Amino acid sequence: MSTLIAILVLGAIAASFGALLGFASVRFKVEGDPLAEQLDALLPQTQCGQCGYPGCKPYAEAVANGEAINKCAPGGEDTIKKIADLMGVEVQPLDENHATDNTPKVAFIIEEDCIGCTKCIQACPVDAIIGTTKQMHTIIADECTGCDLCVAPCPVDCIEMIPVATTTQNWQWDLNSIPVVQID
Amino acid sequence: MTDYLLLLVGTVLVNNFVLVNFLGLCPFMGVSSRTETAIGMSFATTFVMTLSSLLSYIVNSYILAPLGLEYLTTMTFILVIAVVVQFTEMVVHKTSANLYRLLGIFLPLITTNCAVLGVALLNNREQHGFFESIVYGFGAAVGFSLVLIMFSAMREKLANADVPSPFKGSAIAMITAGLMSLAFMGFTGLVKF
Repeated sequence: MSTLIAILVLGAIAASFGALLGFASVRFKVEGDPLAEQLDALLPQTQCGQCGYPGCKPYAEAVANGEAINKCAPGGEDTIKKIADLMGVEVQPLDENHATDNTPKVAFIIEEDCIGCTKCIQACPVDAIIGTTKQMHTIIADECTGCDLCVAPCPVDCIEMIPVATTTQNWQWDLNSIPVVQID
Repeated sequence: MTDYLLLLVGTVLVNNFVLVNFLGLCPFMGVSSRTETAIGMSFATTFVMTLSSLLSYIVNSYILAPLGLEYLTTMTFILVIAVVVQFTEMVVHKTSANLYRLLGIFLPLITTNCAVLGVALLNNREQHGFFESIVYGFGAAVGFSLVLIMFSAMREKLANADVPSPFKGSAIAMITAGLMSLAFMGFTGLVKF
């Protein structure tokens, strides 16, 4: 009889604790790795792979696990500073291997020279190149992130990186660069 | 009031769990290589120890004792501690991702920190009351934190020190821990029980 009581009591205790934990796991649910999510939000999302990772999300996860924070070339010093603030570490200069100039560029295919080999299409991380085998390729300029990855695979060197001219369409007005506040 | 204060000082310094009772040595050696991690671990352990000593007192005196099931204390306390640790882990994961990453495997390992079970069992053996249990659990945790943070600070200095090669690494850490234990023996007699 006393054994039965012991089993019942222990079972009841365990069940109530289980219910508590079940409640807590719903109440304190964490979607993904919050740190990696926050880092991913800071990265420029060019998916260029210049950091050595296949995209911005994998690099964000690697940084969350202790990878160096200074590998994002498109983001530049600004992004490094934001990541350093979030991670609570020192700001580091951009890694030399990953340093490039930061002017926004767009790829351009010299169409007379294109032989239709599709190698640049496979390299493009954002599917901004259209064309097919033995057909001329071209670049959707609006989709191109200027990541350089298509330049190296081209066997006839017909891809150029052209700096984006500033026009009234893409000028960053940034009207809130000085925050407007109401002073009482 | 004086009783509680004496109990607190006695647990923190005189009967320090790590250096005098030699409980909880695994995290003491494992998490002490960086002060930042040690502080995080201290907070987590303090929270777990205080809460688990309180909960295990309640479970013991209101459920087990009236039913004459005292022989189940150890098993029940392990259950209580495991639940509190799981709960803490969820809260830390939600509130501080950075701390969660720093603590890593040591957070779930608080479950097997024998100091936590030690507090619950000693509370039971010494017939502590409700508030005494809380003070004892909190005091044990503060003592653990104090020693852990001091030790990690010393180990950070030791990392740069010119240690003779036979003593490098864990050896000098063990010697440091031993010397700290000797130093804590100096507190014996501070509080008369």
